[in-house]
Amino acid sequence: MKVGVKIMPRNEVLDTQGRTVGAALKRQGYEVEDCKVGKFVILDLKGEDSSKVMEQASEIAKSILCNPLIESFETVELS
Amino acid sequence: MSRVGVLRFPGTNCDLDVFRAIEDLGHEACWIWYANPFEEREYDSYVIPGGFSFGDYLRAGAMAAQSPAMDSLKKAVKKGAPVIGICNGFQILCEAGLLPGALVRNEKLRFIDRWVELVDQNKEIYSLPIAHGEGRFYIEEDGLKELRDKDQIWLTYKDNPNGSISDIAGIKVNSVSALMPHPERAMKDWMGGTDGRRFFECL
Repeated sequence: MKVGVKIMPRNEVLDTQGRTVGAALKRQGYEVEDCKVGKFVILDLKGEDSSKVMEQASEIAKSILCNPLIESFETVELS
Repeated sequence: MSRVGVLRFPGTNCDLDVFRAIEDLGHEACWIWYANPFEEREYDSYVIPGGFSFGDYLRAGAMAAQSPAMDSLKKAVKKGAPVIGICNGFQILCEAGLLPGALVRNEKLRFIDRWVELVDQNKEIYSLPIAHGEGRFYIEEDGLKELRDKDQIWLTYKDNPNGSISDIAGIKVNSVSALMPHPERAMKDWMGGTDGRRFFECL
């Protein structure tokens, strides 16, 4: 089963990448109010029981993919 | 003379400088490869050198923090073994949970490579080189208060180059200390200064 993990910088932490990308877009004339840059990880996990697989994906996100001090994450079922 | 374990990961690149710095101070330096667990009794102290372990994938230090050698290091720290993390070593120690806080992208995004002035807990001033793109120390208010209350802020920048919270360049929690500047690059006059020598004293 494929699970997506979206990882974004927490609002409390200045997202320098997002700020720089946003500024570049503004320079090109786009009316960008805000821009944030994060990561998207696709995991293909073994298992049929979707709630168990999603639980495992959260566990992986919490332990390795995301540092809760600076990032937050969301999991999404992809297939 | 101490037996100092120097941890190496794929992408570590300040390892030889650190190895020589340790030898120059009269200690015995030994390599520890990340994939191999080790026995705590084999070494007296440890250094995690700088570089880009695992290409900084995911987050700087995140992959290295999960390695077998780091599991062994955690056991050694529990027994009070002195550890110094330099630059990427600082990032690895934070990611491994051996130090509080995190190091994130510099405020102005640029990779900074130059000499800076630092102040320690006794108001002594040092001059050391920095070389990092992700050296902005971040910690929440409670954590920062704890660092202050326990006098664990080891080093601060005189002129903050990267946007670190409270100008923090290095912290020291019990036997684990870490700093973003590179003391191993300030060991001899011909390197531009010798202030780095004092940072290896705890080994």
